Amino acid sequence: MIEIFGVPLLALAGQLLLGLVNGSFYALLSLGLAVIFGMLNIINFAHGAFYMLGAFAAWMLLDNFGIGYFGALVLAPILVGAVGILAERLLLKRLYRLDHLYGLLLTFGLALILEGLFRDRFGVSGETYDVPDVLEGALNLGFMALPKYRVWVVGFSSLVCLATWLVIEKTRLGSYLRAATENPQLTQAFGVNVPLMVMLTYGFGVGLAALAGVMAAPIFQVSPLMGSNLIIVVFAVVVIGGMGSILGAIVSGLALGVVEGLAKVYYPEASATVVFVIMAIVLILRPAGLFGKEK
Amino acid sequence: MSGTEYLRVTGLHAFYGESHILHGMDFSIDRGECVSLLGRNGAGRTTTLRAIMGLTGRRTGSIMVNGTETIHWPPHRIARLGLGYCPEERGIYASLSCEENLLMPPVVASGGMTLEEIYDLFPNLKERRHSQGTRMSGGEQQMLALARILRTGARLLLLDEISEGLAPVIVERLAEVISLLKTRGYTILLVEQNFHFAASLADRMIVVEHGRAGLQLSQNELADKKEALQELLGV
Repeated sequence: MIEIFGVPLLALAGQLLLGLVNGSFYALLSLGLAVIFGMLNIINFAHGAFYMLGAFAAWMLLDNFGIGYFGALVLAPILVGAVGILAERLLLKRLYRLDHLYGLLLTFGLALILEGLFRDRFGVSGETYDVPDVLEGALNLGFMALPKYRVWVVGFSSLVCLATWLVIEKTRLGSYLRAATENPQLTQAFGVNVPLMVMLTYGFGVGLAALAGVMAAPIFQVSPLMGSNLIIVVFAVVVIGGMGSILGAIVSGLALGVVEGLAKVYYPEASATVVFVIMAIVLILRPAGLFGKEK
Repeated sequence: MSGTEYLRVTGLHAFYGESHILHGMDFSIDRGECVSLLGRNGAGRTTTLRAIMGLTGRRTGSIMVNGTETIHWPPHRIARLGLGYCPEERGIYASLSCEENLLMPPVVASGGMTLEEIYDLFPNLKERRHSQGTRMSGGEQQMLALARILRTGARLLLLDEISEGLAPVIVERLAEVISLLKTRGYTILLVEQNFHFAASLADRMIVVEHGRAGLQLSQNELADKKEALQELLGV
């Protein structure tokens, strides 16, 4: 049997794939956080709760309406995004002129309320959500078996991240977005409806979180606390990538998932903390993050 | 074309938070006219332009653009009436290249210049089109800030201190461009510190003092009243 540094190749490959799956969720979530932070100047602590809402939306769509996985993949982000837009219109838009801290506190409170409501209704044990039939089973590569669903998660979320990056960096809409992020007042004075863009950006970022939630539903338990378990790591990812950096969010999301996976193989005791150790080192050497611009 | 009123500001008050900057500003500009707002620093000239664009805090009074009352409108709707704003700080986007900066402002009316026409007018910008916006020289950035509102079809240009801090040869080039724009029928409101620059271009000058419009002079009155004007401006 082939071994790398004393670890069987199969175990290593398995953990790497698991790391990439986690990394995909990190990337989707931190991408949404980065877009929202850039445009709204708000550190969206409710992001984990929206991820949880996405997973529950998928579960409820199936349970109540018989709408399956792929339907949920489209509908849940739209529904949860609409909830996000409502929160933006009613609450967040009052905070734009204030310090970051207010947005952070408000969204943190929002997250506690959402999680509390779901805990009250569903308890903490969690619901199960099955892998869709088409993606069940594994691809046999000869030397190892690749679970189809995990390959799908990595592939599809990478595609969504890439598409988002392309839209922001290469299109006219993206140039409005970058311009509005940098100088909202002037951009509005050129005739761009900036308040509308801000609202839709928040909806989109929240929708990405919900999308991650739907994809996570068959892998993890659909539970009210699934978001708060993840969000702290995601914030570390955003800090490592650089606040507001789109590319940084995607790349460091995937990379840190893999690093975590490797840690589980070589030194399991560190797997829960390795991301935070990296964050501390990055903050010492490059306070703006790996992809962030120094102010 | 001339003779019809394009912009009328009446009893305009504007605030930033608690500070009251404009105290009943009154003036108007005809279509195709070039008017310069003169005055000392802090008199309210820049705020007048920002208030017209809807970029100040609370505003009261009336701002009619081409017969439409805009005092309660948000900036993006005002811009779409055909206003082009070139801010004092130039506002070049660091996250966009020179050409992306040029192409960013949405077209608000037909009849704007094409990219080729703009590059003919400002050959430097063509050379620097792939440079990051804020890596360009001050003169290039100023040309870019002016050029990008010529593509949008805006017919009323609000230009804030465009000659400030630039080398004489660039100021001269900008003056040539403004003269050209005048012959093409653009309506221009210039805020200027550089009296000579403004005097050579403006059909009419308005002195702004304490947030109000004071002395108004047309081009042919300029020679007679030059001394009084220079005293007012402290130049």
